[in-house]
Amino acid sequence: MSAAQTTAADLPPAKQKTSTGPGAGTGSTGAAGKPARKGAVATPWLLLAPCLLVIVLVMGYPLYRLVSLSFQSFGKSELWGFKEAEFVGFDNFAKILGDGVFWSVVLRTVVFTVGAVVLTMVIGMLIALLLQKVSGVVKALISIALVASWGMPIIVATAVFKWLFDADYGVLNYLMSRLPGVDMIGHNWFASGPQGLMVIMLLVVWGAVPFVVITLSAGLTQVPKELEEAARLDGAGAIGVFRHVTLPILKPIIVMLTTLSVIWDMGVFPQVFVMRNGNPEAEFELLTTYSYQQAFVVNDYSGGSAIALVTVLLLLGVVAVYMRQMLKIGEVE
Amino acid sequence: MTLTTPSTRKGGTSRLGWNVIGLLVFAVVGFPVYWMLNTAFKPAKDAIDPSPQFFPRTFTLDNFRRALEISDFWGPVGRSLIVSLVVVVIGIAVGLLAALAISRFAFRGRKIVIVGILAVQMVPLVAMIIPVFLLLNDLGQYDKLTGLIITYLTFILPFTVWTLRGFIVNIPKELEEAAQVDGCTPTGAFLRVVFPLLAPGMVATSVYGFIQAWNEYLYALMLMSQQNQTATVWLGNFTTKNGTEFAPMMAGSTMMAIPIVVLFLIVQRKMAAGLTAGAVKG
Repeated sequence: MSAAQTTAADLPPAKQKTSTGPGAGTGSTGAAGKPARKGAVATPWLLLAPCLLVIVLVMGYPLYRLVSLSFQSFGKSELWGFKEAEFVGFDNFAKILGDGVFWSVVLRTVVFTVGAVVLTMVIGMLIALLLQKVSGVVKALISIALVASWGMPIIVATAVFKWLFDADYGVLNYLMSRLPGVDMIGHNWFASGPQGLMVIMLLVVWGAVPFVVITLSAGLTQVPKELEEAARLDGAGAIGVFRHVTLPILKPIIVMLTTLSVIWDMGVFPQVFVMRNGNPEAEFELLTTYSYQQAFVVNDYSGGSAIALVTVLLLLGVVAVYMRQMLKIGEVE
Repeated sequence: MTLTTPSTRKGGTSRLGWNVIGLLVFAVVGFPVYWMLNTAFKPAKDAIDPSPQFFPRTFTLDNFRRALEISDFWGPVGRSLIVSLVVVVIGIAVGLLAALAISRFAFRGRKIVIVGILAVQMVPLVAMIIPVFLLLNDLGQYDKLTGLIITYLTFILPFTVWTLRGFIVNIPKELEEAAQVDGCTPTGAFLRVVFPLLAPGMVATSVYGFIQAWNEYLYALMLMSQQNQTATVWLGNFTTKNGTEFAPMMAGSTMMAIPIVVLFLIVQRKMAAGLTAGAVKG
């Protein structure tokens, strides 16, 4: 561990605020810095200092500002500095919570998130199980397709889906019209909110499934074959084996993936924003875009902050579950 | 019909059935990427053919030419490169120090730091855009690459620290100690024993961080003006009031996606392992 202590001085990058030794030292003969071995209590904090500094400055302060903003009245004149922000107590929250539009946005966000997460997890699990059944070549093909879609920048994926679902020239309308009795030529998927959000959900799921499949596949390889074998001998069917053997063993991974998915899917922004050309209609508004709209379109920064804060609070429960899981894993080592 | 055994030698026909389903899954998952490439390389007028061709017949680079002339491409790409590279270099340096602290030292408050870092990672970035915008506005950092770099650092760092920690704890302490017994200085032990083992993990983490920074959209949109837009925002230029030029947009998408997807293919395996290391044991 004292190795780590001295590397602080030896690492080439210069962002070391608490540098203790000669900064240029790159030789392996480590110019053991000033801090004596006894300084071991301070060492980890010195190592952490730059990281904590950045996080506190650029995350902690805005987080504090987010909270304080939502208790203030902050509009355009405050932005330009003509007026001091005024403390208004719970006014912003009272306004939001008393607004029917807000509640419909909350409901839509919850439905969207639940839908996307359930679809992601179910499809992900099915594909992960399928990967165990197919031959090597097919497995490789699916893996490549998965990683390619995982690696696609969200913004590019959104552009591609916009093209696939285009009303006039979109290939999806064409394909669906080939089915007997279906005429979808010229069908505008974004004319109605629910349908448009379904397309966006599909886009989110398409991007999220690969991570789930690859993580679950890794987990599946760790399920002891003997256990499955034993369960089968005891008369369990395929579904029984899955429910009573595979699922319990995969549970930690599934909890982690589900919580992560909830957090990610609730934070969906560019997909909606870009699909609706930077100006989502009321029917497409999710909590994230709604908060953005309040702040930067209506110029009510405090109202927008209050909405964002409510979003964060809604997520806290999920985050707590995720953290517990991660800490459990962390304690193993 | 056993769902969980990897090889049921008996059922040759059922294996065939699974393979057919597998190929279907492959086609569905891969189709959007295929269609992007297909559209990018065919003449723009074929792209709006009412009965589209699924297999390429003619090959053209016209869409790429058009994509490059719609608005400046290399400027945004250059800016994205600068931002992503600087973020990764600083992020890895700072992150490695922090990762060493929480993985190789036992100290009071270690757990709080870990919880804190994990918690920061969980704050939805979208929720922070308003205060970050106001903060950078106050600091005179609106429309500056430095402002964007500092902002990206905060979302790269927690992830970097956590992943590097995962790689470090997998390197047995005993290796280091053995090297010291053999006469290495602590620094020497780290540089000769731990560092080489950590290097692949660091490369993977850097590449992943680079991809994250490169792909970011919302902050790039809000914190930079039109003249200083980055690569992701550039892609919005294909949609104007007169509609969207899809074929050039797909060409632009291809140019943006291919390098990233290739990078991703290279590091993906390593990252997936790092992200969930030990999850099953939990």
